[in-house]
Amino acid sequence: MSIMKDSFESLTGRPVMATRRRFLSMGAAAGALVFCDATGNWVSAAFAATAPTSPTGQIVLGLSQEPTIFMPLIPHADVDNAVYFNLFSPLWSVDEKGAFQPELVSEVPTLENGGISSDGLTWKLKLDEKAKWHDGTPFTAEDVKFNLELIRNPKFPAANRAGIDQITDIEIAGPHELTFRLSKLYAPLPSILSWTFLVPKHLIEKESNPAQPTAFLERPVGTGPFKWSERSPGDHVTLVANPDFHGTGPRAKALVFKYIPDGTVLYTQFQTGEIDYVGLLGISPDKFEEAQKLPKRVVSATPQPMIETIVFNLGKDVFKDPAVRQALYVAMDKKGIIDQIYYGLPSETESFLPHESWAYNSNLSTHEYSPEKAMQMLDEAGWKPGADGIREKNGVRLEFTNSTTAGNHVREQTQQLLQQNWLDIGVKMTISNFPAAVIWGDYWNMSKFDSVMAGINFMVGPDPDATGSFASSAIPVKGGSGSNTAQYSNAEVDRLLAEGASTFDQSERKKAYLRMQEITRQDLPYLPIFQYNMVQGVKEGLQGFMPNVNVQDNSWNASTWYWAT
Amino acid sequence: MANFLFSRLLQSAALLFLVSLIGFGIVHLAPGGPLAQFALTPGISQADLARMAHEMGLDRALPIQYWEWLTRILTGDWGRSYRDGRSVLDVIFGRLPATLELILTGSFIAIIIGVWIGVMGAVKRYSIFDMLATVGAMVALSVPTFWFGLIVIYVFSVNLGWLPAGNRMTAGAGGGFLDFLHHLIAPALVLAFVEVAIWSRYMRSSMLDVISQDYIRTARAKGVSERSILWRHAMRNAMLPMIALAGVELPALLSGALVTETVFTWPGMGRLLLDSLGYRDYPVVMGILMISAILALLGNLLADIAAAVVDPRIRLT
Repeated sequence: MSIMKDSFESLTGRPVMATRRRFLSMGAAAGALVFCDATGNWVSAAFAATAPTSPTGQIVLGLSQEPTIFMPLIPHADVDNAVYFNLFSPLWSVDEKGAFQPELVSEVPTLENGGISSDGLTWKLKLDEKAKWHDGTPFTAEDVKFNLELIRNPKFPAANRAGIDQITDIEIAGPHELTFRLSKLYAPLPSILSWTFLVPKHLIEKESNPAQPTAFLERPVGTGPFKWSERSPGDHVTLVANPDFHGTGPRAKALVFKYIPDGTVLYTQFQTGEIDYVGLLGISPDKFEEAQKLPKRVVSATPQPMIETIVFNLGKDVFKDPAVRQALYVAMDKKGIIDQIYYGLPSETESFLPHESWAYNSNLSTHEYSPEKAMQMLDEAGWKPGADGIREKNGVRLEFTNSTTAGNHVREQTQQLLQQNWLDIGVKMTISNFPAAVIWGDYWNMSKFDSVMAGINFMVGPDPDATGSFASSAIPVKGGSGSNTAQYSNAEVDRLLAEGASTFDQSERKKAYLRMQEITRQDLPYLPIFQYNMVQGVKEGLQGFMPNVNVQDNSWNASTWYWAT
Repeated sequence: MANFLFSRLLQSAALLFLVSLIGFGIVHLAPGGPLAQFALTPGISQADLARMAHEMGLDRALPIQYWEWLTRILTGDWGRSYRDGRSVLDVIFGRLPATLELILTGSFIAIIIGVWIGVMGAVKRYSIFDMLATVGAMVALSVPTFWFGLIVIYVFSVNLGWLPAGNRMTAGAGGGFLDFLHHLIAPALVLAFVEVAIWSRYMRSSMLDVISQDYIRTARAKGVSERSILWRHAMRNAMLPMIALAGVELPALLSGALVTETVFTWPGMGRLLLDSLGYRDYPVVMGILMISAILALLGNLLADIAAAVVDPRIRLT
């Protein structure tokens, strides 16, 4: 699970939308053009635009944060992924349909092709023999082994070792072949590996500290479609086409990642054409309508995996009765929040999973805003208004605080609206916000809050496994490892999560997750407010995208982007 | 002179120490820390974060951290940035040229125009020109730079398309002196805008002082032309206070550039400071603080020396 990183939003003074956005290339379908139809959906049409035969032109990507860490295995910011996707390669990537595509392997291992043994515990990888590091050194099984072992090394501060820490007995079977075993079957592992970019053994080995490889950070070497060219700190990073790339592309001569910290300035430079593409947080929602009218610009809302939620701390008496949580949900004016506060941009949802996930349950009962019904539910559950109109039962008053990152004006407006919504049914909510460094510390991790408003990505990469957020074994305050700070505990959910994570059979997994979403829709440890959408802006004529909720960055397939001529 | 320099350097060293102590305290008192950017990385463990904190030295008591920083910096080791692992001096000196280009150009324009407006205002005191200059200066001083910069971009870049909407040069393919000048025009003018107001006001009052002096009347009585009185006799003396102003304005310009650099995506020191503060990149923040303090002290010292050189009445003891 990851929480929307809003710690730095005060720098730009605008709300931070979810940090992930995705676009996919038309891949093999070169010649297709993607543009927006009237409803803002990306559609492809048979426009006659052909990809150039050799790398042509440059693409300037505007980012509101600065990529600074060029070693993908150590902790880094989301924005760094924009560079990783083009400089480095994972073993395999994940496309917009959630399917894995080979990158550094010649074939993605599965049960069917024998790459994964029938018990799911022994994996055999065959690597792409054409793959080479940018300095000409061949990419081999030694590199893979080195990377996996580095991530597993407890002394190395790995950005993410979940799943990879289950890998043992890595054995090299040939220069381009290796096998490893898992100590237990862990279904999200292929997804995690699709987000793991590999670094060259021969260079990292030379560094005195692989966690701070100073020479490598200044001149990183990968296997990706683009090579390092130069970095002007505080301004831009330039990558140039790698003519020896083993995959499709690159079709552009250079990618320039331009850092423009202020949102208004970023938008203006998109308007004047200084940048070809607005990445990372996209265009702010209040400019969506205006941006759509810009000449020669393609602007559209694209989905994010992040869900805006109210998180209840179920350890507090006030939230223990499911009827209270259900009544609070029914009394929430969701449409008002989406339309009036977020300019109608986000999508309605009843689930913790994004609509685009293969495990998304579209048949959950639909929220209906009705203060009357909410009051009736509370009456029936025995919560009676006290002298001051606030309901109570057995000495517990329906009174609690709601917290979010201080200074996030959009969230503060939402809080005020909810405060009124809930007061209407006799529930008193007090707003109590803190700076990011305070709220996302022990206050959140150790469940010291009453309720919190947060944008949360419940998935593990592109995988719907939400064990970390819903399993009773993942409650930090009870000694669990995970982020179930709501302290939600449901035996059936625990069982379904375990089932879902212990098989590679997607239809079996889907069954478990569909049922689980029904239960959480009923139990409501988290109130789903909406699914985030990002406003994506691209200069007309730039070819090659499609939304993809499965990757961290929309420039993930920039190797196949090109200019229509 | 030698005595003066020696005592000034001693004072400066003491001041720098105080600045570092207070700066270090304030920077570390601000909530949050450099690990906040990693704390929400999906899958990172508390143990990993603790290890990083230890490697950065953040798990030690604040006085110990200060002492470590101080002893390192006295041996010339300014530390490494938490953001990109480069040495602090590389980080700062890599950004200084961009700021200097902007500030020197802006100040140069501001001084030329400001001095001229100030002199004209003093000579034709209470004329329409003087009134307009006074009102104009008030407006220029009151307009927020951020807003003004955006208006300039809106008019000259978005609407007229004459100037680029920020950046130091055209991305990627860019380069060349003309391209650079083209990008420099708008931010330098915006930066100069406020400065002109300041310079013109100081110059006007200084000039008014001078032209009512006896020796000006004497020169006039001798039959010296008005032009010669103004530019040869009055100007020299009226410029003296401006030298002190230039010294004081140097650090002020660094902060002024912060806003201009943000609006015009100019990768200078101001933006570096803002980013480093946001990420709690302590070594870089402290580095910028110390270099700014050194520049401020140096600016004042140079102004004092320059004043003594041009004004025989001033003795540095």
